Amino acid sequence: MPDLELSCPLPLQYDQIVMAHGGGGRLMQQLLDSIIQATFSNPILNQKQDSAVLDINGTRLAFTTDSYVVKPLFFPGGDIGKLAVCGTLNDLAMSGAKPLYLSCALIIEEGFAIKDLKRIIQSMQQAAQQACVMIVTGDTKVVDYGSGDGVYINTAGIGIIDENINVSPACIQVGDSIIINSDIARHGIAIMLEREGMNFEHAITSDCADLSGLVQDLIQADIDIHCMRDLTRGGLASGLIELATASKHHIEINETALPIQQDVNSACEILGFDPLYIANEGCFALFVPEAQTETALVALHRHPLGQKASLIGHVKSTHQKGLVTLKTATGISRVLDLLSGEQLPRIC
Amino acid sequence: MKYLDEYRDPKTVKKLVASIKNITTQPWHIMEVCGGQTHSIIKYGIDQLLPEEINLIHGPGCPVCVTPLAYIDKALAIAAQPDVIFCSFGDMLRVPGSHLDLLKLKAQGADIRIVYSPVDAVNLAQQNPDKQVVFFGVGFETTAPTTALTAYQAKQLDLKNFSLLICHVRVPPIMQALLNSPNHQVQGFLGAGHVCSIMGYREYVPISAQYKIPIVITGFEPVDILHGIYLCIKQLEEKRHQVENQYSRVVKEQGNQPAQRVMQQVFKVVDRSWRGLGEIKASGLALADEYEPWNAEQRFAVATINTQEPSDCRSGEILQGLIKPSQCPEFGKRCTPEKPLGATMVSSEGACAAYYRYRRYQNA
Repeated sequence: MPDLELSCPLPLQYDQIVMAHGGGGRLMQQLLDSIIQATFSNPILNQKQDSAVLDINGTRLAFTTDSYVVKPLFFPGGDIGKLAVCGTLNDLAMSGAKPLYLSCALIIEEGFAIKDLKRIIQSMQQAAQQACVMIVTGDTKVVDYGSGDGVYINTAGIGIIDENINVSPACIQVGDSIIINSDIARHGIAIMLEREGMNFEHAITSDCADLSGLVQDLIQADIDIHCMRDLTRGGLASGLIELATASKHHIEINETALPIQQDVNSACEILGFDPLYIANEGCFALFVPEAQTETALVALHRHPLGQKASLIGHVKSTHQKGLVTLKTATGISRVLDLLSGEQLPRIC
Repeated sequence: MKYLDEYRDPKTVKKLVASIKNITTQPWHIMEVCGGQTHSIIKYGIDQLLPEEINLIHGPGCPVCVTPLAYIDKALAIAAQPDVIFCSFGDMLRVPGSHLDLLKLKAQGADIRIVYSPVDAVNLAQQNPDKQVVFFGVGFETTAPTTALTAYQAKQLDLKNFSLLICHVRVPPIMQALLNSPNHQVQGFLGAGHVCSIMGYREYVPISAQYKIPIVITGFEPVDILHGIYLCIKQLEEKRHQVENQYSRVVKEQGNQPAQRVMQQVFKVVDRSWRGLGEIKASGLALADEYEPWNAEQRFAVATINTQEPSDCRSGEILQGLIKPSQCPEFGKRCTPEKPLGATMVSSEGACAAYYRYRRYQNA
């Protein structure tokens, strides 16, 4: 992918922001590389991790922020409040941190129902309590009717990283096993079906969940975690592509090993979506030394969020450095590429 | 998943590949007509499983790819007008017009919405009586019936604030046009399964007879496509040429007759320009005269927009099977999914986009 490795900022092909600039694909990468990363450039940001890792007098802190603009605000398996807490907890967890404190900034649209706001705030508090973190600071703004979709939430979070933990794309090694903790594509499809008012026999529920407890269990089990990535926007494929690019290793995954719920797969077929690129909110990829594969799987299977944990692939030592390949059921191997932006439903 | 897993079964795939190898004695050029088949072939690597003698030519059956530039410009001109809600299928939004695409126009504030069914557009018109709601009807005979039903519904409801921009196209005339072209290499066709689920396959019998060419109506899963190729090669090797139906679990000889009836009622057959291929006789569907009040081209006075294609895109040669996408000098260089020169790079079913997504690193 030569266009992502250029050191000079790329000229943008757009005069205005389009939705694809937020879609987790190639256009978003270009926007980040050419404007945001290029301007803010510093050694911590440039590591491009889910959380910044800060060394303060010998204590390592993970620090992250995320904004939540999901539509609809309430969906099967969660709501924007639960999402805003779990998403930020997960970003902290992926750097190996134990989350401690969160902030909550609300941008509320004029006319928004107080009862809905209460429900969202309660949902945030419940998720925070379950994770044993406190929401300790925040901000509230109200914008004109029509200037927002009900409510937008930003959360930031800090957590503490044990001194012997070192988790980053740079730690990925040839031979590492790649494990995911659950089935993929549930969140994106649940949202899509709810948004379009499409009903299946049983509702598909989002996988929205706080992964920090599960990650702490792995750390307690002495798993030598090389890298973790939560597979949110852009799905499994985009997450792994970013890691392959950052680590300059070849990642190979097996199509037949990927856990996908049957109804999610059916919905993807009907809508013309590739589940590999659909967002998750409670699913992450774990890189561990091959020798620890079984131990890691046992530890994952013990936790409710890891019951469907599966070994999906390995880091290979081939000439295809920086690429992710998918071995299909028929034995053919193909390269997974970042999509341009969000997937668009097909005509037929 | 029922009806899918068995058609992706690796053992069946291997068996079919072996059968194809067994019966192939010489080079054959086979065209898959439909873009959905092209996408499957590249995604599952079916062409890499086949014996070297078999060359698959990627046909013109991607509705997004063949929609002429003039119609994209008409869509943009309508969608840019105030108080218009412009509804389209998702993958049309990224197709570049002369200066803009619908996604960029949306970013400038136009009310452009993705719908899964044109009936959603009728609902929008009823919910927004003070807006003009326009549906962009593109595609082959597969999507044409739902557009027809929508026009029929709008007429029944006497909806004044709803209209349709229609650029539907028909498969048989384009197959004939390809066979009439002096440069074509096609020796057999995999017919478009979904189109035939609507239209049946009787209209292909005279084409097969006139051009002495096998036409195998084929589905979209790896097992379907390989089975279709097997049946086609078998005909070629045995010097037969007839219409065969591989996709019999979906396609019946007479097709879907209620769908055909509503299409006959609402549409008339017209000549139509195809992106990269030029004008083809009787290859398009337009609203019949009694549906003229719902014709968006008239309502928004865009009928005279007649943009010509830029000359540096070679999608015409690709759609005719004369070159493979990777043989185009602009492929992956000046022409990428972010900045496509032509529509075959835009749609997920376009041959260039499929090659870009799945084959770009082939020799990396």
